[in-house]
Formats: sequence, structure tokens, C-alpha cells
Amino acid sequence: MSLLEAREVTKEYGPVVALRSANLSIEAGEVHALLGANGAGKSTFVKILTGVIEPDSGSVELRGRPVRVSSPSQAARIGLAPVFQDPALVPDLTVAQNLRLTGVQVDDVRARLREMDIDVDFTEQAGDLPLPMLRMIDLARALARDPMLLLLDEITAALPSDLAERVFAVMEDWRRQGRSVLFITHRLAEVIAACDRATVLRDGHDVGTLVPQEGGERQIVEYMLGPEAAHAEARAVEVDETEAAGGSAVPATGDATLQVSDIRIGNVQSVSFSLRAGEVLGVAALEGQGQDDLFAVLAGERRAEAGEFMVEGRTLRPRHPFDAIRAGVVLVPADRLLALLPQRSVRENIAAPRYNRVTRWGPINPREERRRVREAIDALQIDTRAQRQVRRLSGGNQQKVTIARWLASGFTTLLCFDPTRGIDVGTKRQIYALLRQLADDGAAILFFSSELAEFPLVCDRVVTLFGGRITAELAGEGADEASLLRAMHGLVEEVAV
Amino acid sequence: MTTAAAAVGKTRGGQSAARLARRHGWTVGVYLLLLVLALYWRTIPAKWGSFDVQSLAIDALPLAFAAMAQSVVIISGGIDLSVGSLISLVNVVAAKYMVHMSLREALGFAALLLVGSAAAGAFTGSLIVFSRVPDIVVTLAMLFVWAGVALQVLQIPGGGAPLPYLQLGTGHWWSQWIPSGLVILLLGFALLWLPLRWARPGLAVYSVGSNRNAAYLSGVSVSRTRIFAYALGGLFAGLAGLALTSTAGIGDPNAGQYYTLNSVAAAVLGGVSLVGGVGGLVGPIAAAFVVTLVKTMLILKGVDQNWAQVIQGTLIIVVVMIGGLAIRQRRRT
Repeated sequence: MSLLEAREVTKEYGPVVALRSANLSIEAGEVHALLGANGAGKSTFVKILTGVIEPDSGSVELRGRPVRVSSPSQAARIGLAPVFQDPALVPDLTVAQNLRLTGVQVDDVRARLREMDIDVDFTEQAGDLPLPMLRMIDLARALARDPMLLLLDEITAALPSDLAERVFAVMEDWRRQGRSVLFITHRLAEVIAACDRATVLRDGHDVGTLVPQEGGERQIVEYMLGPEAAHAEARAVEVDETEAAGGSAVPATGDATLQVSDIRIGNVQSVSFSLRAGEVLGVAALEGQGQDDLFAVLAGERRAEAGEFMVEGRTLRPRHPFDAIRAGVVLVPADRLLALLPQRSVRENIAAPRYNRVTRWGPINPREERRRVREAIDALQIDTRAQRQVRRLSGGNQQKVTIARWLASGFTTLLCFDPTRGIDVGTKRQIYALLRQLADDGAAILFFSSELAEFPLVCDRVVTLFGGRITAELAGEGADEASLLRAMHGLVEEVAV
Repeated sequence: MTTAAAAVGKTRGGQSAARLARRHGWTVGVYLLLLVLALYWRTIPAKWGSFDVQSLAIDALPLAFAAMAQSVVIISGGIDLSVGSLISLVNVVAAKYMVHMSLREALGFAALLLVGSAAAGAFTGSLIVFSRVPDIVVTLAMLFVWAGVALQVLQIPGGGAPLPYLQLGTGHWWSQWIPSGLVILLLGFALLWLPLRWARPGLAVYSVGSNRNAAYLSGVSVSRTRIFAYALGGLFAGLAGLALTSTAGIGDPNAGQYYTLNSVAAAVLGGVSLVGGVGGLVGPIAAAFVVTLVKTMLILKGVDQNWAQVIQGTLIIVVVMIGGLAIRQRRRT
């Protein structure tokens, strides 16, 4: 009889299916890895098991007895203690107050931290502590509950390697006591080193359970992608070779529109690349590699800690998105509602960035505005039946509006950060085509996506970001999921193209 | 030692004084401001004495309780615009029925009113939590509801309270320099807030104001805690209403209006962040005295009533701005 058995768990958020009939079985005394690409449903699974969110359907059994976990505190009582992806410590309370809030014994936590050889001042406010320390306190707090099953959601992502080692020691210790750990990570090397078994999720469904030590990375990646994709990998290699024979895959020539040199920001240590007019450059990365910071720097939302970038030969140091927009560098963010005025009309939304430029001080010229907006709407085939309020448009049409407003105001470099998140397939294709079209018309496009399959469809080149650096550069056609995944996990040292 | 652990190690010891200043700097600042104002205040009247101290305490007592009510709610991440009219309601109900009571009966009735006002706060909180309508909308609506009920109870100012009850808020104990109102204020603070502040319910109030998600993941019931914060706010508003009955001596259905926004002003001035999760009640109590003292001094100086309001508003902006700049400076270093 296994320790925990979850069957047919389903969770939908509107049209988005986070989990579909997912199964998971964890034995007593094992370290079990839960794997999958971004958005495969790993975190949702952990949250359902620990009562943070309620599943739409499905059952959970603990030692053969069905349980309904309705809250995090109930989960703790029946022996399930999670460490979530985001620190669950209240920033304005001290560490000791946070612990009292959860009802664990402060001395127990102190003892656990001492075992891990970590020294924390409990009178410090949680918000003043560095992130790795918060993770370790979170872990110690979970351990102090003495759980049968410890659930660790990407705890090692924010940890330096020496602290990660201590997490592995804890996992090993737990296994020796006959208890279990559910371990989520993006680092496959950790899975192979530390886990007994691994369950792989793809698109919210469990596609199989394997023993990592036997199959190795290759098998894990195969599971994560499915057999077809593994086939596609072989084909892509052939394409690569013919490309190499036929010359460069990069069509555009001439000077770089965007030249990035040694940018350092957040998790990004040092990144350099150049982007030419007429080119779509993909950036592929696992979650939390600093890609969002990188885009924020280029869009003028944040300032780089080091390094600089040049736009059309001139160094740009934007203090504000306004400066970047004026230099022709514009952003299409993943969260469309961040960029749009949801209560306002399509026309106002498209014209909004132009208000800076056209009007200066005088009144807005409505006829000129309407003409420009009409052109942009036609160019993008936006369905404007619900144009009075942008929030009533479908996600795909909203995203088109965010692109349309830049079309109307003019730009040289388009930064697309996961532009197709939560958009239906048909509209996705239109957006791919649109991006290609824009590039053919001479725009330079930097493209990040959490869906790997998009890269070969859209990009001329793809760079992968891992551990704060660019680990590989691939030609667009060669950027199949398998090669991308490997490079995104830092498994490729040499630059491929 | 790891880099991260070493970094934490460095912030230990040595800097505990800096940390104290960081955490309690604002509160200390408000008390210094009060001290400076008080020193200046002494020089204005020809004969400054214990009588002036007493009248300040009388003036400030209801506002201090109102500021406590508002602060608890703001710390929990909400805001309560109905504080003022709930104070009016308690005030008129108390004045209408207490007139012919003995002190013992009046105190019993007061206790009943406190239970009622806490229930009223809990009701407002429940409306917010269960309807998911924003705090500001629900409490604005409740402002009208309580104000209307208060007018139903007493159309024009009237009623009263037994003399010994009036002396609770306006007299002095032990020495002429110790206004009884001040003692009651400190008692209310020590008995109602201190035991909660450092126990789980108080921590829960701070946690839902600071980061609702983290609070939930820590096993705090967010809805229950928010309702609790509004109930505690209602309790303090009840104390303010009773204090007002004692200091004013009558019931006035419009008397509470003054406290609606002045309670917010005192909370903010006292270091409570409108974002939630930050601050305490010690600062707002002093801030209530600062607000009242400024008003008193401007009257003593013979400044026009309208200009007095302008000056009060400016003072709040300047103080909060200086505080905000200090915090930003700290973040940068």
C-alpha cells in the first residue's frame, strides 16, 4: 500500500486546463520527483494535495484511506507539509512571529535550522531576509511539523549550491526514516542524483513514472516531450545539416538594431546578443532564469545592474518606459491587462501610446487618430465586435490590440514576452504569422515564450538562458523541443550554431 | 559558511540599535513631535496649567479611541469609513438612555453598548468578506446606515449621563496633572490591544494586512481574521462613542462626523501604512493628541477656523512625506 495515492485529479481555470485526470502514487520511504515543462501542472498538483486549492474532481488517499484536504492547516495535521514556490512568510512580521502564526514550536524550528547548520536571527523581519534564507526557514518550518510526506516545490531554484546540498541531506534523512518526499525541480541532474522515482506531467496529465537512475536525462526528456517530439528531434538534426550546407539560416544582414552587452540584472549574470532588423530572435529559458528582468531592462522598466545596450548604434539608458518607446523599443507583455486600459475602447487603447507624440499640447485630432487605428485593426484582423471595452475582447484579440497600438505609433524593436500565453490555437497562429510579417517588413523582434513548440515556428535564431548566461544559440529550424530543453537545463556547454 | 548565511550573520548584533530605530523610528518621531508642540503650547496662554492638560485630554480622548479603531482595520488591510457614524450612534444611544441611570447601571449599559458596537463592526466586516465588495464601498454605505439610525434615535442633540459617569472622562485622579480620561485610554490600550498584539489573533491581523497569500499558506483563516479586525475596530469605536458621551455630556447624532477622516489622519500620522500590515496603536494614539493639540493651539492663537483646517492638512502631508522619504532613503542604502 502506498503512502499517498492521487487518482484522476482534474482542475480547470475557465478554458485553461491545469490538470486533467492526473495520477500520482508515492511510496513510503521514497523521494519522488514530479517533473514537467512550465505549465504542466506541477504546482497545481502540490496545491491540491495540500488543500490550498480544491480540485474539480478526483480523489486522494492517504495510506489507503480517502481524505479530503480542505486547508493548509488540515494538510499539516494529517502529515503533509509543503514548501511552496513562493515563500509563505509574512514580510512585515518577524521570523519568530511568523512561526507562532503557523502554530509550530519556535524551538523545534530553531533545532531544525541548527541541524542544517544555518544561523538565523529570529527577531529579524522576514521581509528583510534574503530569499535563500526564507526558503530554508520555510523548509525548517515544514520539518518541524514532522510530516510523513514533505512536498518541496522548486525549493532549490533560489538556493546556492551549498544550501541545496543541505536540502538533499534532509531528503536523504527523511527517506532513511521511512518517510517520503515529493520533489519538484527543473534541474534534471538533481533528479538523477537524489530521486528514487519520478512522475512526469505533460499538459496536466501524468504520462509515466520512471526510475531516473536507469533511464537518465534522455529518458526523462523523452517523457516530458512525448515520443513524437523525440522523433522530431532526429529530423531536426537532418535539417540542421542541410542548413549548414546551404549557408546561414539568418536572412537579415547589416547592423544590429539591438545590441546587448554584458547585461546583469537579478538572476541574469551576464548576457550579450545582437538582434538585426528583419530578424526574430527567440529567448528560451526555464522559469526564474531572469528572462523577465532582462525584458524589463530593455523596455525601460528597470535599470541594469551592469552592462549596456545599444539601439540602432546609440547607447540607450532608459530611465522610464517612455525613453525606450521613444527610441523605438516597445514591449508586448504576457499579461495583456498590464498593457491595456481594460475599461476603455479599442480605439483609445490603440491610440494611447500615440498621445505622447502626436498631440504635444494641442487637442487630439480624432480623424487622424481614427485613420491610424483603422489601419492597425485591419492589418491585424482584430475582431472588433466588442470594441467598446477592451476587457470584453477575447484574450487573443486583446493581445492583438497590444501589438496594434505599437503598429499605430511605430517602432523598430518589438519585445514579445510570452505573447501567446492563454490564447487559443487559431489566434496563436495568426500571431506567429503577424510576427513573421512584421520581421519581413523590417522590424527586429525579441521573443520569449514558455511554449517551446513556438520557437521553430517564429524564430530565425534562438538563444537559451540558464544560470544567468546564454548556454546555446540555435538556428530557428533546429530549435526543436528536445534540443531546447537540454540547453535550457544547461546540459549543452558548447554553442550549437 | 554560505554566502547567504554569512550575509544574515552580518546583519546580526551591532546593528540592533539601527534596527530598533528602523522599526520604531516613526513612533518615536510622533512622540517627539508631540513633545515639541507641547513645549510650544505652554508658551501660548498667559497661565498654562493642569487645567490646559485636562482639557487637551478631554478633547483628544474620543479621537484617540477612533484612531485606534481605524488603525486596527487599516493594519488588517482594510479601511473603515463608518467609524465616525458608529461613534455617533453609540453616543446618542448612550445619552438617550443613560440620563436617569445610576453610575452602576450606566456602566453596565456601557458594557452592553461595547458588545453591540463590536457586533456592528463584525457585521460590516462580514459584509465585506462575503460580498467581496471593496472595503471602502461597504464602509461608506455603513456610514450612511449608522448615521441614519443615529438620527432615528435622537433627532436633535440631547440626553445626558449621570454626573459620576461624566467625571470618568473629564475628571482627574491622584493628581491634578493626571486626567482620568488619559488613564482610561491607557487602560483600554493595555487591556484590549496588548494581549492581542503579541498573540496569534494580533499576528493574524498583521499577516492578512501584510500578505494575504502568505497568511493563508501559513494556516491563517483570512476571512475570519478580517472580520475580527473589523469587530475590534467596532469595539474601539464604541469606546470612542462612550468617551464622547462622557466628555461632551450629551448625545449628538452628528458629533461623529469629525472622526471619520480625522481617525484616518491620526492613523497615517501615527505610522500606520494604508497598504496594511505596518504600524501599531502607540503611534496613532500620540497622533490623535498631535491633531487635537494643533487644533487647540490654532484656536488659542486666534487663527481663522478655515485657515486652521488648511494648516492641519498641510501638517499631515508634510509629516507623512518626510516619513515616506526617510523610508525610501533606507530602502536605497
